[in-house]
Order: sequence, then C-alpha cells, then structure tokens
Amino acid sequence: MANISVEVEGVSHRFGPVVALEGVSFSVAAGQMFALLGPNGGGKSTMFRLLATVLPLQEGRVTVGDFDLRDRARGARAILGVLFQHPSLDRKLTVEENLWHHGRLFGLSGKNLRRRIGEVCEPLGLSERRGARVEILSGGWQRRAEIAKALVPHPQILLLDEPTTGLDPAARRDFWQHIESIRTMEGCTILLTTHLMEEAALCDRVTILDRGKEVATGAPADLVAGVGGSVVTVVTREPGRLIKLAHQDLGVEGHRSGGGVRFDGADGAALVRELNGRFADIIDSVTLAKPTLEDVFFAKTGHGLNE
Amino acid sequence: MKRIARFSGALAAWTLLEREVVRFLRQRNRLIGALATPLIFWLMLGHGMGSSFRAEGRGGGDYLEYFFPGMILLVVLFTSIFSTISIIEDRREGFMQGVLASPAPEWAIVLGKVMGGTVLSVLQAALLLCLAPLIGIGIDLLGVVLMLGAVAAVALGLTAMGHALAWRSESVQGYHAIMNVFLMPLWLLSGALFPVDGAAGWVKWVMVLNPVHYGHALLVHALYPGAAHVRVANESLSAGVVGAFAVAMLGLAILATRDRRPLEG
Repeated sequence: MANISVEVEGVSHRFGPVVALEGVSFSVAAGQMFALLGPNGGGKSTMFRLLATVLPLQEGRVTVGDFDLRDRARGARAILGVLFQHPSLDRKLTVEENLWHHGRLFGLSGKNLRRRIGEVCEPLGLSERRGARVEILSGGWQRRAEIAKALVPHPQILLLDEPTTGLDPAARRDFWQHIESIRTMEGCTILLTTHLMEEAALCDRVTILDRGKEVATGAPADLVAGVGGSVVTVVTREPGRLIKLAHQDLGVEGHRSGGGVRFDGADGAALVRELNGRFADIIDSVTLAKPTLEDVFFAKTGHGLNE
Repeated sequence: MKRIARFSGALAAWTLLEREVVRFLRQRNRLIGALATPLIFWLMLGHGMGSSFRAEGRGGGDYLEYFFPGMILLVVLFTSIFSTISIIEDRREGFMQGVLASPAPEWAIVLGKVMGGTVLSVLQAALLLCLAPLIGIGIDLLGVVLMLGAVAAVALGLTAMGHALAWRSESVQGYHAIMNVFLMPLWLLSGALFPVDGAAGWVKWVMVLNPVHYGHALLVHALYPGAAHVRVANESLSAGVVGAFAVAMLGLAILATRDRRPLEG
C-alpha cells in the first residue's frame, strides 16, 4: 500500500531469556507524525533499533517504505533519517564536515551535497555555525546539528529516539518547533519514541508500549476520549484510608498514584464536592482534570507511565 | 531504488578514510602517543643494548640499527590499535551509529576505517624514515617507496585485525587486555627485538608461525633491498604471508561488521 510508510506486524524480540517485544503490530501512514510511547524498559528502544535496521529482526515482519527489513534492509536504510538518543556527531569535526561525510555515506556528493547542506542548515539557524567544531557547541546547538545530519540524505521517514532527552525546557520547545517546520517543508513521515506523554500528545497517532506489549493504538484524542469523564487526583497523607473510605461511603474506586490517590470516573465535579465535604481532614489538595495519555496508560496497565 | 543503484560503496569508504585522517591531524596527542613510545623504546634499547648485542648480518650495524625496522613496526601496531579502539565507544555513542544506519555496505565501512589507519601508519613511517640516515642506514628514493609500500601492506593487515577485535570487544578495557596479552607479544616475537636464529626452540617456533614476523621481515627487505646478508624469511615468502594475512583479516573484519547492533552502555 503506497500510503503506508511503516508497517510492523507481530514483531517479537528477545535478548537471551528477556522478552523485549511480544507480538507488536502497528502501521504509520505516509506524512504522519507517530509516537511510540512507553516507560523505560517498555520496548520502544528495541523497536526503534529494529526500525533503524541496526538490530536483526527475529520474529514478525517490518516494512519500511517498499522494503521488507528481512531481506532489503539496505534499501530501507537509504530512505530513513535516523536521530539517535546518544550523540552521533564527530566532535572533532565541524558541523559542515559531519554533514558532508554523512551525505556521502548515502551517495550524495559535490555541488548537490553542498546545496543540500545549505538547505537543511538554514531553517535550523545553523548557517553561521556550519564551520564550528561540534565540541564547542552547546547541547541545544548540537541537537540541531543532529537533526540537520538526519535530514541531509532526503529521508522519506525520520526516526527519532527519545529526541529531547537531556535538553532543557527552552531547547525542548525549540526542538518541537523545528520538527513541525521540517514536517511541513520536507513532507516526511516522522516516527519517534518517547516516555513523555506531552510529546506523544503532539503526534497524529500513538502506540503505547508497556513491558514489550502493545497496550493501545490510536489518535491521542480518541485514546483520551476512550477513558472518558475526568480524572480526580487527591494529595493526601493517608492514601490507604482515603481509598477505603471513598469505597465505603461513596462507592467509588480509587488507585494509588505517585504519592496520592486518583479516581477515574464520569462526574468529576460532583466527586470533588463529595470528597471535600467528607474527608477534608485527610486531604491536602484535590485536582480535577481531563484525562491525558498518562491516564490512558494508567487505565490500560494499572500503573503510572513513569513509575 | 534508483538512488541505491547509483549509490557507491567506494564513496562511503573514501569519506570514512578522509574523516579518519582529519580527526588524527586534529588530535595531536594521538600523534605523540603513536610515535613517542616506539621512539623512546628505540633510543633506550638501542643505546642500552649497544655493545652487548651483536646481531649477525645486516652490514654489521649496532642494535640501534637492528631495532629500526622493529620500531617502525611498533608504530604501525600502535596506530592500528589507536585507530580501531575508538570503534568501541563510537558504536555506543558516536559517529559509527550513523554509519551503521546508512546504506554503506560492510566492506566499505571496513575499507574506509582500515585504509584510514593504513594512511596514518604510512605518514608516520615516512616521518621516522627521516631518521634512517642519522644512524647510517643509506636509503634512496626507491628504498623509501619500497619501505612505505611494505608499511602499507603490514598496516592493512594489522588495522583490519584491530578492527575485527575492536568490533567484538564490549569495552575499551577488554580491548586493552587483548592488546597486552595478544598484540604486544605478536610484536615481541616478530623479530623486532631479536632475530629468530638465536631464539630458544619453542620461541623460534612461535616466531615462525607468527604472521607479524613476516611483516618485520618485509620491512627489513625493504630497508636493505637485495642484500644477500639479510637473515630473515625471504622476500617472496614474507610478501606472500603479509598479503594473505591482510586479505584474511579484511575478511574477518567485514564478517564482524555485519553485526550492526549497538553496544549496551
């Protein structure tokens, strides 16, 4: 199918006795921004490495563009732009030299490559830093140079592994602005892994992974709508007692979450009034919110995303 | 598909070679690391052993002269180690990650890296050859060309071996251990320090079976072309073993590189 960019079917992967992925399937349409969301150890890095073709496929089927990874991994590599979690720039070389070598690994050369380097540097604000050695650049600028590097070979699909790890909030915002504009300008499909639900919420579709299994897939808004109602989060010194009392007196089920208690349910506003009225002595604060992807994760797995 | 058909592995190999040389020139400590130890060994052992060592043959030169090709061999060995040890870190967090996710074929990755190390060895050997006249080794232009050709052939095999070993190593420390118990003894028993003739029985056997021994012999032949008094393995045997070793090691390195997995940190 021409409009499918990446198709993953029944993929399982083991490291010795440890099962990292178990029967994971999802597909990414061309031009989509797609997130693999999950906690550390959830299996997203393994999935990323399989897609980036640096890990051999053990079980299942993956197609990237028209290429089946089992026998045409090299073809897939030619249409993938990969942004690794760890830096992949040579620190002793300048930004331009890094991009130059990377382009040549993909068969670009001469004037075409020089022009392409200009094209990817300009919107990232890197033009004036092209001649700077990577080792003297700040973390934020290095990240921009990494993005430029991944874009040099005209990728149809951009793979990003935990792309904002280690960036401060300002650099993180900056990063997302650039990704948005790249998407518009280059028209490539973007597939990223993240453990941050705010980042996954920016995507068109999300697959949630937990302990190597696919927990849910869909548009963030649909997934959130599936949880329904609202989420009430209570900060309390006595979570156990509050859960018991709420069950006895109000017939609602609370779950421990972080240091407090959360209630997923339909009428959040009414619940807040009841809780405040009856248990004010053991409650420090109550928050009423619409559900987020984190709540979707909680609803599907019974534990928090970053617990 | 069109792009892949046009894609040339040679360009990938060339760009990796170029990167290797530029990196080296920007890290002065690597130049010092690769040249200083062999030079110090050479001067200390050369002068220290002085009169107690009389190698027969080789125009009756002293130990400083005997040890000269061995010192160059040590530079080649160190350069091959230093240029491949970076692979271990580079695969985990570094430039090699991008190389492995690129369509560059394994042979191009290996050739780029290994040729890079070879060029560095030749450059350093050329610098050291300037010292030859100071110790009375007369070397003409043909001699320089022969010598650098021999250095290139030996460096190709040793760097490819370093590549294969580094690719299989999980840590820099592990590679250091290999260097101490395997690579250094290969050099010690190559004829660089003492000739095979005078060695005890089992040592002699290890030396004859050691491929680096033939690398040393090739350097000696290049330094004294056509000299009948040179008592090492003959030219064609040496060249044959050095060539076969390089081909075998390149093959091993390419096989190792088929494993593109990132190392766990």
